[in-house]
Amino acid sequence: MTNYETVIGLEVHVELKTRSKIFCDSTTEFGGEPNTHVCPVCLGLPGVLPVVNKTVVEYAIRAALALNCQIAGFSKFDRKNYYYPDMPKNYQISQYDLPIAGHGYLDIDVNNEVRRIGITRLHMEEDTGKLVHQGTITTTPYSLVDYNRAGVPLVEIVSGPDLRSPEEARVYMEKLKTIIQYTGVSDCKMEEGSLRCDANISIRPVGNEQFGTKTEIKNLNSFKALYRALSYEVERQTGVLNKGGRIVQETRTWDEREGVTLPLRSKEYAHDYRYFPDPDLVPMIIDPEWVEDIRRSLPELPDARRERYMQEYGLPGYDAGILTSTKELADFFESCVSAYPNPKAVSNWMMGDLSRLLNAGGVELTACKIKPAQLASLLQLMDEGIISGRIAKTVFEEMFASGKDPGDIVKEKGLVQISDKSAIMAVVEDVLAKNPKSAADFRAGKERALGFLVGQVMKTTRGKANPELVDKLLKEKLLQEKL
Amino acid sequence: MEDRIAAYITRTREKALEQARAVDRQIRNGEKISPLAGIPVAVKDNICTDGILTTAASRMLAGFVPPYSATVVKRLEAAGATLPGKTNLDEFAMGSSTENSAFFTTRNPWDTGRVPGGSSGGSAAAVACGEAVCALGSDTGGSIRLPASFCGVIGFKPTYGAVSRYGLIAFASSLDQIGPFSRDVTDCALLLNAICGHDPLDSTSARFDVPDFTRFLVNDIRGMKIGVPEEYMAEGINSGVREVVVKAIALLESLGASVEYTNLPHTEYALSTYYLIAPAEASSNLARYDGVRYGFRAAKTSDVMDMFMKTRSQGFGAEVKRRIMLGTYALSAGYYDAYYLKALKVRTLIKEDFDRAFEKYDLLVSPVSPTTAFRCGEKTGDPLEMYLSDICTISLNLAGIPGMSIPCGFVEGMPVGLQLMGKHFDEGTLLRAAYTFEQNSDYHRAFPVL
Repeated sequence: MTNYETVIGLEVHVELKTRSKIFCDSTTEFGGEPNTHVCPVCLGLPGVLPVVNKTVVEYAIRAALALNCQIAGFSKFDRKNYYYPDMPKNYQISQYDLPIAGHGYLDIDVNNEVRRIGITRLHMEEDTGKLVHQGTITTTPYSLVDYNRAGVPLVEIVSGPDLRSPEEARVYMEKLKTIIQYTGVSDCKMEEGSLRCDANISIRPVGNEQFGTKTEIKNLNSFKALYRALSYEVERQTGVLNKGGRIVQETRTWDEREGVTLPLRSKEYAHDYRYFPDPDLVPMIIDPEWVEDIRRSLPELPDARRERYMQEYGLPGYDAGILTSTKELADFFESCVSAYPNPKAVSNWMMGDLSRLLNAGGVELTACKIKPAQLASLLQLMDEGIISGRIAKTVFEEMFASGKDPGDIVKEKGLVQISDKSAIMAVVEDVLAKNPKSAADFRAGKERALGFLVGQVMKTTRGKANPELVDKLLKEKLLQEKL
Repeated sequence: MEDRIAAYITRTREKALEQARAVDRQIRNGEKISPLAGIPVAVKDNICTDGILTTAASRMLAGFVPPYSATVVKRLEAAGATLPGKTNLDEFAMGSSTENSAFFTTRNPWDTGRVPGGSSGGSAAAVACGEAVCALGSDTGGSIRLPASFCGVIGFKPTYGAVSRYGLIAFASSLDQIGPFSRDVTDCALLLNAICGHDPLDSTSARFDVPDFTRFLVNDIRGMKIGVPEEYMAEGINSGVREVVVKAIALLESLGASVEYTNLPHTEYALSTYYLIAPAEASSNLARYDGVRYGFRAAKTSDVMDMFMKTRSQGFGAEVKRRIMLGTYALSAGYYDAYYLKALKVRTLIKEDFDRAFEKYDLLVSPVSPTTAFRCGEKTGDPLEMYLSDICTISLNLAGIPGMSIPCGFVEGMPVGLQLMGKHFDEGTLLRAAYTFEQNSDYHRAFPVL
């Protein structure tokens, strides 16, 4: 049996969050009653003309620079002609042979290895409307069309055929999302369709230079769908070739429920898009100074930030990677560290308790009630011995629920740590008196018995006893009596 | 009159009266009014008018009422002009006679057995017979100048980009331009004053200083250098027409212009270049007429593709379909380089011909059309014969330069137009030459007897 290598390239569509559409001033807001975010221009009424929204060009350049692309000095819009009822003009204004940017790359980490994935091109285009079927696409007696989305600005980002596994494709997509979000040009919400992906995939015998016949997979609405669909397709294509079959070049759709890809239409009947320069729009000459202004306004991007976290804060790569995975998380971290300069402690709390609570509550970091300064003061309270680590966890949960300052919570609930030696000693003596067997076990060399005894002291003090002191006094007492 | 000429698809008597009453009030109140206030200006029915049927003379848009007005319509309204109605044309401005209108053919006021020319035939005929004082048309390959010539009125195609196309139902976007019809050069200048200028809604509209065009109404062309392209006076031109044009050129010379014959060597490729570029753009511009959102939708269709096909088969006329097919073919994979791209290159050569000529001359002159108005039905059976009517006008659209038709004589009782061609944004020189010609001739005073 032949060993095959997988070759994947992704075409990613990103909706830009400009206020108005790409060629008119209708709002880009998501949702809304059908056909309310429209005007004669985005409805393609007879006689209307497009005018480019300059912010769209700026955002496209912003995204392109973040992906290490070269920005074209001269660029133009073309018409992509095909008939579909969700397209008001039956052509889509897109970019064909002179896209705004290209020749970029994106580095991904897979199995601790950095892989550089080429960005072949990045171009601007208008989104289409949406068909609302009555039932399924094949059985619907009629369909309604909602043009709210028609004319919303998109950039299409096309990778080179450089991805070698479904896992790499997923990592690439996640990284791309992170970078675009950092630039602030898109929300990248897959569930709202502001980040969409089509995949081209083929396989070839290991060692072969020539690409195999590819299929294009559509309807990949989540990272999981992307991974599963590609994994399925690798197996399907391998199966076909191993049985001596031939891969048909076609577009396939991912059926989430059945977990299979199905043929959508064959490329042999593919559209001839009859691209030609849109005569309603004049070519764009991009001022290099403008590009430099945009470059200067870019935030520190995830790779650079991760590197800095390792260098400047001495964080492990794993921590640095997670903390920089969204701009919000990284901003939270840095804000916290500036008030409490112990990066590893902050990192531990963010990656541990904070992330656990966010996940459990399904809360976005931006909606989190705990502010960075509050986490910093909680850590301070621990350092000053006012509360124990155990109490801190309780206080943190309360902070998460109410948004109150940790100091106030500690006061209100009387959670101040007991560090009075004599007070703790009294409890220690009491516990030892009540648990002679455990005391004997410890003295016989069973280290584990100490834990039980510590637990009993903490239980009696309702967790407020200084754990280090408890530990110390217990050991002292036990060893003393042993002598 | 309208019964015999059929210039209008829609008449808007009530609206015109209402607009006129507003002007009357202004006058009574002693307010300052613009030169166009109260003047009836008819509008070609491929220019959108808010709340008023706009059909482009197509069955496809038989019931279409736009929710917005073209920029030129807004500008005319702002200037106080009144709207008597929407004029007939060849369907989607594709044709040279108005015989391609889905509704009816407009008649030439000089001989109702003849066509008024096209595609803006309704506008030209309305102005010629006095149904409107002025009118707007659109010109993609000669659609203002040809009917102006056939009907004996002034027709002006401004420089591409001088007038906003917003609201003009597109035929070929890189060639279409709106312009005025009038009975004399002064009215033409006043209309240009009203409609020219940058429009933020049209990316191809130019930012330029719009002059007061009336300051070019000067009876003096002494020292003006005029070139006559030999290619435009060659054998295809009817001998009667040539004679009249030669006489008109002699008049210009006698008024102090210097006249020389010159060459525009790529002229012979203009028609084929045009019939690749214009249909290519049209095939895409007209794709939106599919029955989904507005206009005509075929009955009894099985699915969406069937609806598209039946709607377009039934909704478009033969000439429109012919051009959509031509254009689709020219843009198809494998043919694009040989046809469309090659045509774009030749278009550049044609433009360079003019650039070179205008290094030597202030103005070029020629006949507008090889013939006078032909008889209804005479050329409908032969599209290529019909296309030849535009042989002298088409190059100007390809080059984007301004062109004007002025009445310069008659052949067997039918008017002949003299074409004036100028540099980009040099409308002024055309107006000055036209005004001088007009002041020294009587052709513009001739009125058809109906």
